[in-house]
Amino acid sequence: MSEQSEETVVTDAPLVEAPADAVAGEVVLRLTDVVKTFPGVRALDGVQLEVRAGEVHCLLGQNGAGKSTLIKVLAGVHRPDSGQVEWRGEPATFANPQAAMRAGIATIYQELDLVEDLSVAENAFLGHEPRRFGFVRRGYMARRTRQILGRLGHAEIPPNRMVRTLPAAGKQVVSMARALSHEARLIIMDEPSAVLAHDEVGNLFRIIRELTAQGIAVIYISHRLEEIREIGDRVTVLKDGRTTAANLPARDTPTRDLVSRMTGRTIEYVFPDRPADTGPGAELLTVEGLTRSGEFADVSLSVRAGEIVGIAGLVGSGRSELLETIYGARRAEAGSVRMAGRALRPGSVGAAVRAGMGMAPEERKSQALLLGEPIYRNVTLATFGRYARAGFTDAGRERAEADRIAESLELRPRDVRRPVRTLSGGNQQKVVVGRWLLGDTKLLLLDEPTRGVDVGARAELYQVIRALAARGVGVLLVSSEVPEVLGLADRVLVMREGRVVREAPAGELDENTVLDLVMAGSLMEGAPA
Amino acid sequence: MSDTSPTATPERAAQLPAQSPPVDPAETAAASEKTTHGGATAGRLSWWSGDSGEGAKRNLGLIGVLLVLIAIGALTRSDLYSNPDWVWDNVLSILKLASVVGVVTVGMTFVIIGGGIDLSVGAIVALAGVWCTTLATQSYGAGGMIFSALTVGLAVGLVNGLLISYGRLVPFIATLAMLVAARGLAAEISDKQTQVSDNQFINGIASNSLLGIPLLVYILAAVVAAGWVLLNRTTFGRRTVAVGGNPEAARLAGINVKRHSVLLYALSGLCCGIAAIMLTAQATSAQAAMANLYELDAIAAAIIGGTLLSGGRGTIIGSLLGVIIFSTITNLFAINGLSTEAQNMVKGGIIVAAVLVQQVQFRSLTQFLGRNRLTT
Ligand SMILES: Nc1ncnc2c1ncn2[C@@H]1O[C@H](COP(=O)(O)OP(=O)(O)OP(=O)(O)O)[C@@H](O)[C@H]1O
Ligand SMILES: [Mg+2]
Repeated sequence: MSEQSEETVVTDAPLVEAPADAVAGEVVLRLTDVVKTFPGVRALDGVQLEVRAGEVHCLLGQNGAGKSTLIKVLAGVHRPDSGQVEWRGEPATFANPQAAMRAGIATIYQELDLVEDLSVAENAFLGHEPRRFGFVRRGYMARRTRQILGRLGHAEIPPNRMVRTLPAAGKQVVSMARALSHEARLIIMDEPSAVLAHDEVGNLFRIIRELTAQGIAVIYISHRLEEIREIGDRVTVLKDGRTTAANLPARDTPTRDLVSRMTGRTIEYVFPDRPADTGPGAELLTVEGLTRSGEFADVSLSVRAGEIVGIAGLVGSGRSELLETIYGARRAEAGSVRMAGRALRPGSVGAAVRAGMGMAPEERKSQALLLGEPIYRNVTLATFGRYARAGFTDAGRERAEADRIAESLELRPRDVRRPVRTLSGGNQQKVVVGRWLLGDTKLLLLDEPTRGVDVGARAELYQVIRALAARGVGVLLVSSEVPEVLGLADRVLVMREGRVVREAPAGELDENTVLDLVMAGSLMEGAPA
Repeated sequence: MSDTSPTATPERAAQLPAQSPPVDPAETAAASEKTTHGGATAGRLSWWSGDSGEGAKRNLGLIGVLLVLIAIGALTRSDLYSNPDWVWDNVLSILKLASVVGVVTVGMTFVIIGGGIDLSVGAIVALAGVWCTTLATQSYGAGGMIFSALTVGLAVGLVNGLLISYGRLVPFIATLAMLVAARGLAAEISDKQTQVSDNQFINGIASNSLLGIPLLVYILAAVVAAGWVLLNRTTFGRRTVAVGGNPEAARLAGINVKRHSVLLYALSGLCCGIAAIMLTAQATSAQAAMANLYELDAIAAAIIGGTLLSGGRGTIIGSLLGVIIFSTITNLFAINGLSTEAQNMVKGGIIVAAVLVQQVQFRSLTQFLGRNRLTT
């Protein structure tokens, strides 16, 4: 059955880049009552979806609502248990990702799926390398890749560079290039903006508009409602694996409508109030003249007990590298890091952790999670030694602690014995941050803590961070979302090209000022601190 | 915990015209009331999927393989199997056969779960065996012999670990070099002679039994039990899984990855020291060529037992079953009077089959990540 439908699509697969016969407004994809279960979980429980050529169709839903599962069904990664998928008027089941790609569906997955030790071009064309007489046409492949990267506004990435050496945002660009390297009629993007900085998102939207103008349909997933308002045409909302609303107009549907359809309740997307009394606590972290060439230079900063310090800056401005260096995961070339007045041994994470630091890193999959291990063991990865007696672990205690974290961060599913691998992206992120809410962390370094976390859980997370600060924990927060930095932090540092260009109490800055500082290379106010 | 509500279907259909006008949010809230919070989640897991569910399931498969092998034995030699005394003796001889490699495999399992590989185990057994049977060492009696075997094993393992962690050699290369060097040193010490052990206590380890069960089997049981506790119940075990599963994550969680790797190779070396005493006792002698290709047997047993060669996953029980399956095959061929050549071919086949089965499981994982093509 799958074979037959596969064939029908293959024969008329377009060879030109923009499908000439794409009629804007025609329904290209229709899902009816799609169900997909995993052992113990009904990830999709009757989903309806209708996508038209040339539109940007947004999928909204809480963490674990089934968005990624749905697109994996479309991409041929999962087979639905029941329900119909109608692709360009014909029933279709895609046996594997290749079949979906040949049919004209390209996908950018939520979790990066690049081969780290291949080049940018090899990754972009992985599995469909241009060939002649059985040999890969490397020159042509590099040219095409350069072309696509240029279209993406990233002509500076050399096609022959190893993907391993790229920063997270660069990798995201490569996955985008991969999707564009197919002649696709439908491009699915699962939270593409989660790793992108503000200007990159603008770039992404420009490309999406180009694509839709050619009649290509786009399914766009994001937890940021502003983005959906800006780029989306229609919205379908999922909750607990079901469609709770379909084809709402993206621009005019009131936010509280969308949120209540997603969550079943109304959530005020606000930041917790700052405590009125911000009496200066003791200085906790002191960083002086920290330098790593090519990453950041001469950075000095301090964090007091109970204070939240935010770092704003573009991806690539050296923020993450700075955080990792403070934490000892990278070795500084110059400068010093002191905790409560005592200098830390450079390049030693152990020393930093013993001094009371904790860091939630930027890339959850490669830097933070043991995917095959149970949730609770991931939550207690940094603290299991503390619960142990004489070297023997206390699994019961660990589960209890992890349960507490799962409760406060609305982790779903709540069963902490499940492997982390089976969690949705946003829920995995909660595990990464939750790890450091245990134990007696004195200083929390958070690198994009809300990446991929939904509106509701985000509010919870802000509350938790605030509560920690109220207990005297210092927080150093890096985020690409300027409102988050401004809303959560007491004091803000703006970084550009590896230097701190401005430091001010959060109250004295507004979003536009920060964005100007972050981007414009010409602004001279706030010379390097 | 609830299952999903069955009543939602008709409403859902009604709610979805092609261009549904925005519904009153109160109505949606009411509709969603029917699925409780986190409603897509079934509350309970199957009985086997607790902490180590996948491992337990795989081990059941291995027990199945073992039963098939025994059934083949019983069918082909029903004359022998009709005698209960013989069957019991045969079980003991299979376990005895498994004991030495079994001890080595426990150490190897830790190293592989921790993301490494130890090719030098056979050589370490030989070196430790030769070292503890020199005339000088034997003059210190059984205590001196045991002490020297364990110390040599531990020390060589430590060197492996230091070379790998702090010398930044690839495990494969470092332990390959150690394999060559340790056997060379063993040949040097023994002057390529077979060194006979005169120590009755040591030799008695292999020949004596307690309650009808050979001492060697007790040693194997003790090492397996200790290994199981170490892997599953201690912080050491937890770190091993973390270091092998995702070294970067382990490092950023404050685990000293380098130090832990050193300890893993030292542990493997220690197991080799124990194995050296057992093997020396069995042969009542030691020589530089002893424990030949034990590294392959141990690695194969661990892999068959479900240890992931790339690290981060594995069980002690699985490895033990792997070793027992191998010795059962050897035994099966022996009681049927078949050649060792045919036996090696079957073993090779079993290794391939085991890895294929693992790949199928692995594929479903990579498919989940949306990539299942590297070969086109
Ligand atoms: N391989 C799997 N095995 C078991 N359960 C799974 C698996 N993949 C997903 N799930 C479960 O299916 C549900 C839907 O997950 P999905 O990844 O589709 O959520 P999502 O809407 O993409 O969430 P997010 O916004 O966090 O990315 C979750 O409860 C998740 O735990
Ligand atoms: Mg998702």
